[in-house]
Amino acid sequence: MLSQGFVSAAAIAASVLFILSLGGLSNQEKAKRAVWYGIVGMAVAVLFTAFGPGIGNYWLMIPMIVIGSVIGWKVAKQVAMTEMPQLVAALHSFVGLAAVFVAWNADLERRRVLAVQAVEGATEQFSAFAALVATKAPDELTFLQLEVVFAIFIGAVTFTGSVIAFGKLAGKVDGKAKQLPGGHMLNAGAAVLSLLLAILYLNGAGFWTLLVLAALAFFIGYHLIMGIGGADMPVVVSMLNSYSGWAAAAIGFTLSNDLLIVTGALVGSSGAILSYIMCKAMNRNFISVILGGFGGAQAGAAAEIEGEQVAIDAAGVAATLNNADSVVIVPGYGMAVAQAQNAVSELVRKLRSAGKEVRFAIHPVAGRLPGHMNVLLAEARVPYDIVMEMDEINDDFPKTDVAIVIGSNDIVNPAAQDDPNSPIAGMPVLEVWKSRVVFVCKRGQGTGYSGIENPLFYKENTRMLYGDARESIDSLLSLID
Amino acid sequence: MKIGAPKERFKGEARVALTPDSVKEIHKLGHECLVEAGAGTAAGFADEAYREAGASVVADAESLWQEAEVVIKVREPSDEEVDRLREGQTLIAFFWPAQNEALLERCRATGATVIAMDMVPRISRAQKMDALSSMANIAGYRAVIEAGNHFGRFFTGQVTAAGKVPPAKVLVIGAGVAGLSAIGTATSLGAIVRAFDVRPEVAEQIESMGAEFLFLEFEESTDGAETGGYAKPSSPEFREKQLACFREQAPDVDIVITTALIPGQPAPKLWLEDMVASMKRGSVIVDLAAEKGGNCDLTRPDEKVVSDNGVTVIGYTDFPSRMATQASTLYGTNIRHMLTDLTPGKDGVIVHDMEDDVIRGATVTHQGEITFPPPPPKVKAIAAKPKEKVKEPTVQEKRASEHAAFLAQTKRQAILLGVGGAVMLLLAQIAPASFMQHFIVFVLACFVGFQVIWNVSHSLHTPLMAVTNAISGIIILGAVLQIGSGNWIVVLLAAISVLIATINIVGGFLVTRRMLAMFQKS
Repeated sequence: MLSQGFVSAAAIAASVLFILSLGGLSNQEKAKRAVWYGIVGMAVAVLFTAFGPGIGNYWLMIPMIVIGSVIGWKVAKQVAMTEMPQLVAALHSFVGLAAVFVAWNADLERRRVLAVQAVEGATEQFSAFAALVATKAPDELTFLQLEVVFAIFIGAVTFTGSVIAFGKLAGKVDGKAKQLPGGHMLNAGAAVLSLLLAILYLNGAGFWTLLVLAALAFFIGYHLIMGIGGADMPVVVSMLNSYSGWAAAAIGFTLSNDLLIVTGALVGSSGAILSYIMCKAMNRNFISVILGGFGGAQAGAAAEIEGEQVAIDAAGVAATLNNADSVVIVPGYGMAVAQAQNAVSELVRKLRSAGKEVRFAIHPVAGRLPGHMNVLLAEARVPYDIVMEMDEINDDFPKTDVAIVIGSNDIVNPAAQDDPNSPIAGMPVLEVWKSRVVFVCKRGQGTGYSGIENPLFYKENTRMLYGDARESIDSLLSLID
Repeated sequence: MKIGAPKERFKGEARVALTPDSVKEIHKLGHECLVEAGAGTAAGFADEAYREAGASVVADAESLWQEAEVVIKVREPSDEEVDRLREGQTLIAFFWPAQNEALLERCRATGATVIAMDMVPRISRAQKMDALSSMANIAGYRAVIEAGNHFGRFFTGQVTAAGKVPPAKVLVIGAGVAGLSAIGTATSLGAIVRAFDVRPEVAEQIESMGAEFLFLEFEESTDGAETGGYAKPSSPEFREKQLACFREQAPDVDIVITTALIPGQPAPKLWLEDMVASMKRGSVIVDLAAEKGGNCDLTRPDEKVVSDNGVTVIGYTDFPSRMATQASTLYGTNIRHMLTDLTPGKDGVIVHDMEDDVIRGATVTHQGEITFPPPPPKVKAIAAKPKEKVKEPTVQEKRASEHAAFLAQTKRQAILLGVGGAVMLLLAQIAPASFMQHFIVFVLACFVGFQVIWNVSHSLHTPLMAVTNAISGIIILGAVLQIGSGNWIVVLLAAISVLIATINIVGGFLVTRRMLAMFQKS
């Protein structure tokens, strides 16, 4: 058995390693080393805590860890990169659920300890957490209860929210924004009820208050995320990432464990920053994204678009590409849906070997997860140094011969700049229309997620290549020389 | 339906309305194609090529006119051809209905439908059948080539062992399609190009082609966009200013290309005799408005004249025909697009939809009636509104706004810190000391987190999420601390938590490693 001193030292080491691990993600090469810091930190933290003072029931704990590891290993091996958003959401839900369980446990243990202490002269030996509770003063116990409420609420919202987000991303739940009649009033009502329950609980009501509280929070998580549509998922997933961190931090307070608090705070702030970046890239307020849906009061009718979408076939695109010197490809969620990244990568390889300059332009909210496109392209062996961020490449479009838009819509919509009445006015967009020719690879003539018409498709220098993205790109491949 | 293209009868006309390429495309619409023997010879298309593309070659014009239900042509029909027109037949050609009223009346009397390619409205949707633009584009290009042919020097400046050659200076008047095409051709040959247009909004287009826009300081602004993409006649004061500007340019420039036209009016005289007189010997003027009387005083249509001081004035009106292959290809495509619009079902059945803006606009006679002039199109012309220029802020303004932003930021931060401090103070009053210790750790960790995460590269956001996923599995510690409890419910819940938190940790780290391994440098 390791002494408490060892455990504390391990906690400090683990905190530092976690910070290094996150800091290392500032560049691709360092990141490969940084992930090891994280793994070592986690191993140190778990080992030293598990063999610390007052821990028991190893016969149960160790098999659980082994089973969990096997499942985790299998999932990580098998998941396709296009399924990353689902996986991330599913993992969030686990943290949320674990937080709820641990918080319930905390209250059960508190009750048990109080009951034992009420019997005069009892000298039962408590295990790790219960022993800690036994030493707490009454005002500390009140705070413990408060922390339990927080942990349950955040954990439960994270759990159902992530489950729904997982369902939407995996296509198991309809991706459209949907709400029960009553809309946000239902959420508000549930929140008020939760508050009342929390007050009851703090005034000594039974364990049932925590169960009902969790149920209400489950509902809020479910209903909140149901009301948010598919393309807002980058924000939702980042937000849930943040929540899972705060839930861990709240548990840390309950258990008086600084390592949990530090780690939770790191994860929480990471998710918060990601949400902020995503919202900024959509020029939308965080609250409005969470409350769901586009629309609301616009200053006036959006400008009408005139003109016609001019179609082109693969041969025409190939002829232009053969003559082009610089090409920029703008991928979007449509590329992921059509699984076209390998075809695109092959196209890029061919064009690059013909001496052309080919680059990718990635909008921060392209895809369903922050950085989703980068991972897909990396998987398809596109070198990361030709994958550019929006700010790096936007000024280069006027010097570009051909821009190819694959499965993205709103992020290349010129209405965001030209039309102050457009619902997406002010959103930063990739200025593809400034290049000499734009090819848009698109399934059909429909609008994007937001339902906004895209004047890009009607521009004089735009040609539409209709059809499945992968088939279109594949048919291009044989025509490029 | 049978679509037939006869040989052009007009003297010197080398173009043809149907090319082997457009035959293939028209076939896809469900139509059959006929072509008169030898129709494409002057444009470089042999009868054999038409046959290979799937068209039937008809021996003479007479039988072609009889067989074809739709006749496509370049020039307006000659008297002989009008006689062959019959009821129910459709003729698609350049027609110039405003100038050819008698011809229009004769066509009406036959009961045939006539679609004038020159009347296609200038809206975005109809650009693909805008044959005037196609021809103007060619004319602009050819004008520069003709000018070069008669100009004794290089276009581009060179420094050679044999001495320095100055670049040619080209002035283009009127930046319509032809003008812009001329600008593009001349700049790519290396000349210094200046351009003038009465519509200030085209300045951007001119500059984008690499020419310098000659700007006139003038109060009254003419908005060319409202007249269907053409320029309006200007006021006498404006004209004076304009001429003064040209007079200043005349001694300096080597080549002048004029393209100024006003719809339904003779071309404005912009390059007067005295300007020609002040030009250098050997200079060249190409007048693309020659057919409408010319922009230059000396222009004689269809002729090349040389002034007393050795300035060549070219007044050819058949530039597109001089590049018959290119012109036929483009015109054939324009015609093909028109047929596409006329065949909505792609089933070989022509539907003449008089509700359609483009078809209505181009139709001049239909079902025994003259349908010219058409009502104004519902959709406005293409030219974009000029953008309002944002004024560059001066250094003082910039500094002031920066200072104001700094002050506002300071104020915001001070308020936040104040409120935060007050909340902490209140919290410390009621919270136990042990809680406050943990809270300090929490707040510091948040700050560290913010600092660290801001530096994360955008492209690694997905690995970041996966790794934070993994480390948020730290919640396993909570479950581990509880699993030794004496209460079986607690043990059960803790065991489940251990299980799922482990999935998180292992899955998160492994998938992160997998992802990071994929990022490769080229």
